[in-house]
Amino acid sequence: MASVQPRPSGEPGALLHLEEIEIEILRSLVRQLVDFVGVPADPDADPLAVMVGIDPDAAPSEDPALLRLLPNAFPDDDEASSEFRRFTERELRDAKVRNAGAVGQSLEGGPGVLEIDADLVPAWLGFLNDTRLIIGARLDVTEDNHEELAALPDDDPRAALFGMYGWLTYLQESMVQLMLGEELD
Amino acid sequence: MSVAPAEVVRPETVESPDRPWITIVWNDPVNLMSYVTYVFMEYFHYSRAEAERLMTDVHEEGRAVVSNGSREEMERDVAAMHGYGLWATLQKDD
Repeated sequence: MASVQPRPSGEPGALLHLEEIEIEILRSLVRQLVDFVGVPADPDADPLAVMVGIDPDAAPSEDPALLRLLPNAFPDDDEASSEFRRFTERELRDAKVRNAGAVGQSLEGGPGVLEIDADLVPAWLGFLNDTRLIIGARLDVTEDNHEELAALPDDDPRAALFGMYGWLTYLQESMVQLMLGEELD
Repeated sequence: MSVAPAEVVRPETVESPDRPWITIVWNDPVNLMSYVTYVFMEYFHYSRAEAERLMTDVHEEGRAVVSNGSREEMERDVAAMHGYGLWATLQKDD
């Protein structure tokens, strides 16, 4: 099973121990995240708009998971939210894809021990958080239904997904605790 | 009836006409309390104690005002929060 430890040098960052199957799962999650939030290449897009990061077609998603990753910025003003989206959503999507790419690159060092230095930690934390947000939206995780989800029978497909959610939570929580300078549980 | 503790007014939250916009971070069931604290320290450079106080407000009150300033500054903060995966919005402080 995965474990997270401080770096032997004592420098900020984390030492991850990941088995082959865990590397495979993370690789698959990296691919899925890129497919999910990445901006698809559009041959008809205005090259100047692409260059300056404007997406004239950006609109709030009807998928709750995607809407959670790319939320409306103005709670009571759809027009201002749309305007904000046109100017920021492409960069936000690209940043999430870059995080996933950086994680994918560190996975090349596995299976076994991966040393994540402080510069790489934000990409890992962002990726783990985005992935948990997507799974959380898919499973409709609330603050009160963890026990219910944990009690699902093994043949319920949501059980495996919730198991993965818990594992990602462990990885993220441990890495955050290290960054906050805390002893790991 | 309990006596409310004296409110400590933080300089950056004092209302002033040229800083009329605020960034709000909302509670959600997925984000870890430790991660929210970490983000507030990383991005806003709040002290550990201040970051934890704001995180606790998000968790217990459902939301917290994490910064204020011009609309452009708040748009930047909201975009940054979305980058970290926090649910943030901006609005006029009225």
